[in-house]
Amino acid sequence: MNRGRATRHPTEADVWRVLAEIPDPEIPVVSLVDLGVIRDVAVTDGRVRVEFTPTFLGCPALDVMRDRMAEKIAELGAEPQIDVVLDDSWSTDLITPAGREKLRQAGFAPPAPRAVGGPQLVQLQRASRCPYCGSTETRLENIFGPTPCRSLRYCASCRQPYEQFKTI
Amino acid sequence: MPELHERLLEIADDELILGWRNSEWTGIAPFLEEDVAFSSVAQNEIGHARALYGLVASERELTADELALDRRPDEYRSAPLVELRLVPDWGRTIARHYLYETADAARIAALKEVDVPEVAGLAAKIEREEAYHLMHAEMWVDRLLATTDGRQRLRAGVDDLWPYALGVLEPELRGAWAERVRARLGWELPDLRPVGRDERSDALAELWEEMTMVRRSQPAGVAW
Repeated sequence: MNRGRATRHPTEADVWRVLAEIPDPEIPVVSLVDLGVIRDVAVTDGRVRVEFTPTFLGCPALDVMRDRMAEKIAELGAEPQIDVVLDDSWSTDLITPAGREKLRQAGFAPPAPRAVGGPQLVQLQRASRCPYCGSTETRLENIFGPTPCRSLRYCASCRQPYEQFKTI
Repeated sequence: MPELHERLLEIADDELILGWRNSEWTGIAPFLEEDVAFSSVAQNEIGHARALYGLVASERELTADELALDRRPDEYRSAPLVELRLVPDWGRTIARHYLYETADAARIAALKEVDVPEVAGLAAKIEREEAYHLMHAEMWVDRLLATTDGRQRLRAGVDDLWPYALGVLEPELRGAWAERVRARLGWELPDLRPVGRDERSDALAELWEEMTMVRRSQPAGVAW
């Protein structure tokens, strides 16, 4: 009789809790859960299946994210299965409100909402709010940036270059 | 689905080779913002290639890397347009960028309608990213068209590359695409014999040497 030590299988809530502790390898202020890239968590006995979508297909952090998820789930005493789903079920619109706020506080402007038919240059050239001073006197410098998910902008008010998460 | 997988392999090869060619601008583009842009586009293209190779590879019991890097140059299915080495000619580079991205948009849109969920879903994801490449290419075309010198350089590049560009798409997608290109550029583009996928260029053989060098230098199965 050793009931106190009987292994308890993790619940879905346990899994979501540990996944929320995994930072994005390239923008560590947000977690994978904040980014909305975890599409589904299913727990069956001791097995945990996670469906996960990369932000960008060329994201070099993809393998790191997958390995970190598997480690965290193994630490819960469960057997992980991480399925990478390569469809268009992820959009930057799925970044959580908490995630958007964390991005802003770290100096990243959160992505603009995705327009019907996808992003247009005119929309991107319109002002976004500077994450440092809040001014909308900002301009697009480059629709590309140091990683696939970022654009470069400049705030004419506080004269600060900043990055914006690209709308996808 | 052998026919569909042939088509996916063609797109994957285009994206891999063009990704390499675009990355040749890293560090030497006319200005820093374009270093960033071409490097980022290159990274996206290679990401798309990896995902597309993955779909084809699983059907053939191979890995994406094996498909990407273990074939001989004459086994690639890329369009000669993407194989050409264009550095340091910026005018021709922008011409190819625009001709390729518009053609790619047409075939990715067609692929979204394919009745295979994993293919259509991946095409839709790729399209979200490619929208930025197209936006960037169109912005550059408009910028070059706005000055006499820019226009001449762009035109020289487009006229030179046009037969190659005609070799990217299947005949059924070619007409609407060529019309779109003509409308933006504003000059007539002739119906020429396309330089298509059955013609391998010397440029690819040279690139292949570099692209596969690390892989060929290691025994199979080495992990990093």
